[in-house]
Amino acid sequence: MTDRTADTAQRPVLTLRDLTVHRGAAKILDRVNLSLGQGETLALVGESGAGKSTIAVAIMRLLGNAKVAGAIELAGEGDLLALTERQMVKLRGQRLSMIFQDAGAALNPSYTVGRQLSTTLRRTQGLSREEARERAVELFTSVGINDPEGRMSAFPHQLSGGMQQRVMVAISLAGSPDLLLADEPTSALDVTIQAQIVRLILTLTRARGASCIFVLHDLALASQSCDRIAVLYAGQVVESGPAHDVLEHHRHPYTQQLKSCVLEIGTKTLTAPEGTVPSHAQMPRGCRFATRCPRALTRCAGEAPPLVPLRANAAGPLDHHIACWNPE
Amino acid sequence: MSMHTPEAPATLSPPVPLDTAKRSRRSVFVRRPFFTIAVIVTVAYLVAALFAPQVAPFDPVTQDFNVMMQPPTAAHLFGTDSYGQDILSRVIYGARFALIIGIFAVLIGAAGGLVIGLAAGLSGGASEWALMRLIDAILALPSLILAVAFIAILGQGVDKVVIAVGLSMIGPFARTVRSDVLQVRVQLFIEAAQLMSIPYLRVVWRHVLPNVIFPLAVQVTIRISEAILVSSSLSFLGIGVTPPTPDWGLMIAEGRDFVSFAPWMSAMPGFALALLLIALTIVGDGIREEFDPKLRKDS
Amino acid sequence: MTKPPQAPNAPVQPIFELIEVEQVFEVPKPGRPLFSRETVGLRALDGVRLSIRKGTSLAIVGESGSGKSTLLRVLLGLDKPSGGRALYRGKPIGEARARGTDFARDVAMVYQDARGSLDPRMTIGAIIAEPLRHFNIVPPEGETARIAHLLDRVGLPADAAGRFPSGLSGGQVRRVAIARALASEPSVLVADEAVSGLDVSTQAQLLTLLQSLQRDMGLTLAFITHDLGVASYLCEEIAIMYLGRIVENGPTDAVLKAPAHPYSAALRAAAPQFFEPLSRPLPGEIPSPLDLPKGCRFSTRCPAAQADCQTKDPQLGKLGSRRAVACIHPITHA
Repeated sequence: MTDRTADTAQRPVLTLRDLTVHRGAAKILDRVNLSLGQGETLALVGESGAGKSTIAVAIMRLLGNAKVAGAIELAGEGDLLALTERQMVKLRGQRLSMIFQDAGAALNPSYTVGRQLSTTLRRTQGLSREEARERAVELFTSVGINDPEGRMSAFPHQLSGGMQQRVMVAISLAGSPDLLLADEPTSALDVTIQAQIVRLILTLTRARGASCIFVLHDLALASQSCDRIAVLYAGQVVESGPAHDVLEHHRHPYTQQLKSCVLEIGTKTLTAPEGTVPSHAQMPRGCRFATRCPRALTRCAGEAPPLVPLRANAAGPLDHHIACWNPE
Repeated sequence: MSMHTPEAPATLSPPVPLDTAKRSRRSVFVRRPFFTIAVIVTVAYLVAALFAPQVAPFDPVTQDFNVMMQPPTAAHLFGTDSYGQDILSRVIYGARFALIIGIFAVLIGAAGGLVIGLAAGLSGGASEWALMRLIDAILALPSLILAVAFIAILGQGVDKVVIAVGLSMIGPFARTVRSDVLQVRVQLFIEAAQLMSIPYLRVVWRHVLPNVIFPLAVQVTIRISEAILVSSSLSFLGIGVTPPTPDWGLMIAEGRDFVSFAPWMSAMPGFALALLLIALTIVGDGIREEFDPKLRKDS
Repeated sequence: MTKPPQAPNAPVQPIFELIEVEQVFEVPKPGRPLFSRETVGLRALDGVRLSIRKGTSLAIVGESGSGKSTLLRVLLGLDKPSGGRALYRGKPIGEARARGTDFARDVAMVYQDARGSLDPRMTIGAIIAEPLRHFNIVPPEGETARIAHLLDRVGLPADAAGRFPSGLSGGQVRRVAIARALASEPSVLVADEAVSGLDVSTQAQLLTLLQSLQRDMGLTLAFITHDLGVASYLCEEIAIMYLGRIVENGPTDAVLKAPAHPYSAALRAAAPQFFEPLSRPLPGEIPSPLDLPKGCRFSTRCPAAQADCQTKDPQLGKLGSRRAVACIHPITHA
């Protein structure tokens, strides 16, 4: 994992620069800076309201009437925020695609799954009806659906949750995207099925050399499946970098807190953190974690820490970054 | 790594300071200007109805043949009718009858609907089926036709109109109550109460009823306008209240023959009726959107 | 962390005892013609044996469709099992529930959907007062103080009593549900996924609360969960369910350290662990309970299935002194 990171460190496929999203008066993302290398998997972790899903949806430019500022640079396309909706429509499915948490809701209940997949294939690949059907059967086979020919004519509700998510994976990979965004793809599924789906997504994206962003709440799962991790808190990236660095040599107190809450098998002692994420109406002026931080200084309350590389000299955009005045 | 602490704290500080959960929202009257206007109009009607003897410039049933069918003047702001009665005064007194009939008829309908709907929703089985077919039969007829039928049995007069309109509205109320009961009955908090072995009737009283009454109260405010419309239609057809009672429907009917050269005779009560119905509908919708948890997006 | 076995072989009556409990639901036969009334039996529980000793904490673990929720309804006396015997302190649960309020007072429940289990038109104070009044726990003048005490016990401020459930966060609502369950001073707390669907920090707060409650009040805890980490933290004992049957039970640490049933092993491997390579997942999905596999019900997915697994249906049998497993060829850990 690490050698790949080093190898591609200089040419990120996706770069977010000061991505800021306002919904009404609430600033739900605040100056998010992230990069993702070619073929890498990045996990966005954090608690609800941290803005993990918002980042993924913002990259797809599906945020509706929210105000988006900053830049989302996709290699070869420039800033996605500068594109017209028509250009964006072409990119979705071809270069970017997304897997949602609730596959049952994301699939159209009134069309067969085969038709939904072949429609995507015909739109993104320009295939004929017959070619699309053949390709769809191939894709269904590749995502591990038994009896792919028969399942083509199944409606979404006739499939189990795991099967629906497999169909979603097949649809999202139909256009051979360079970047796959998976928003909690397994949190609605049973643990044994979860393992199947995560492996499936990783195998297929790695085979195609595609990059992948996982939105996850499970730190342990993130460590197992992703090359790099970005920890978010209240709409800001507080720590990012290679998975091993962030989880084993974390410097931000919030990463420490988040990790200490993870229950592994055999965990017998647990320290419960106090308080919850502040609401957008009462967001602290300085560091957003300051109100709950055991290491907070007076400076933290008044001044927001910027996300800076840990190694000041010669740090690439994919290196270990941290936003804290008093790191551990 | 300091993951291990000897003892978990027995008591935890609250996750959110509770006062932050309180919505810091602007007043409903600022956020909904149409609602505010509608409330003002409704209150104006209520005041006119309550204090009609003080507000009205003339007696509504005093006939003055010297001023028959006058267009609006300074003395008679809304003009006079074919008997020389002051239309403004009659419209003001008419508000009294409209609101009395509307409110009481709806209360009769709501009370009857609550009883039948609760019984149907809670009983299940054959009795539910029988009750619902009865309601379906009632609903098959428009409330106006039904009210006409009841008037035919009961006879004319304000009290009879109240009863007839009220009875005709039991059907729709019963149906909404029943569907609310069916929804509430399967909620987890009902099962939780049963788990505590709280007697069935007390569960109905403490948990089902309050969760059904509130949507019903909202329905009541919305349906007052419907009751007023039905009662006015009855009067317009000449089978509601009897002349010379100052009723809007009756006044519109009386003015009908003169509409080409004395349009104010029908237009003034018609306008009063329309304005009240619009205002009541907006008020009812506003209350529902404001307080119905199902429509509240931010909860 | 496991308690020493309390006087082994002593005839201590368990709080709950399930003997060969079956629960069969008649459901419309799949693919039946319109207007046909054909039904087929869905075996949601199929020969469940379980006993819950006083003061113990038991995790019931399984995936969706394993029958945990059906088991829970039988334990609470909400449904009568269609076969076998379900006993509470030696008496059938249905009888115990029908006779007075003692059972309802002694066995309290915390729902997964805590918000749905609280009447939205009642204040938190009124919600907690309901069991207090119903079971005559405190005289009326002591009610307010008791509510404040209960709220404090679950880590909520006393002024929460005046609020409505809609004004509280997800974690706070679960605390209220726990407070209401504690109000009747029960000795058994049954919880259905009481910490799932929450952020990890909120989950940690609730788990430490539940653990301290269980220790301080000597509660017997039956905790349904799908998360082995939660089970391992909170519960001394574990029962793992698959397709309506308990396939393995015993002390949590022993079972998770050396699972004997291949399904337990697969669940164990599927649980995320820091920097462990992703486990090789079980193939396929849980079969439909309408069409149970022949022989061992796990044989269709079992990585260690042998020929006799397809013909013989293994029963839950003893494995050592405190464990039991339903497998013909249990995994042996050298």
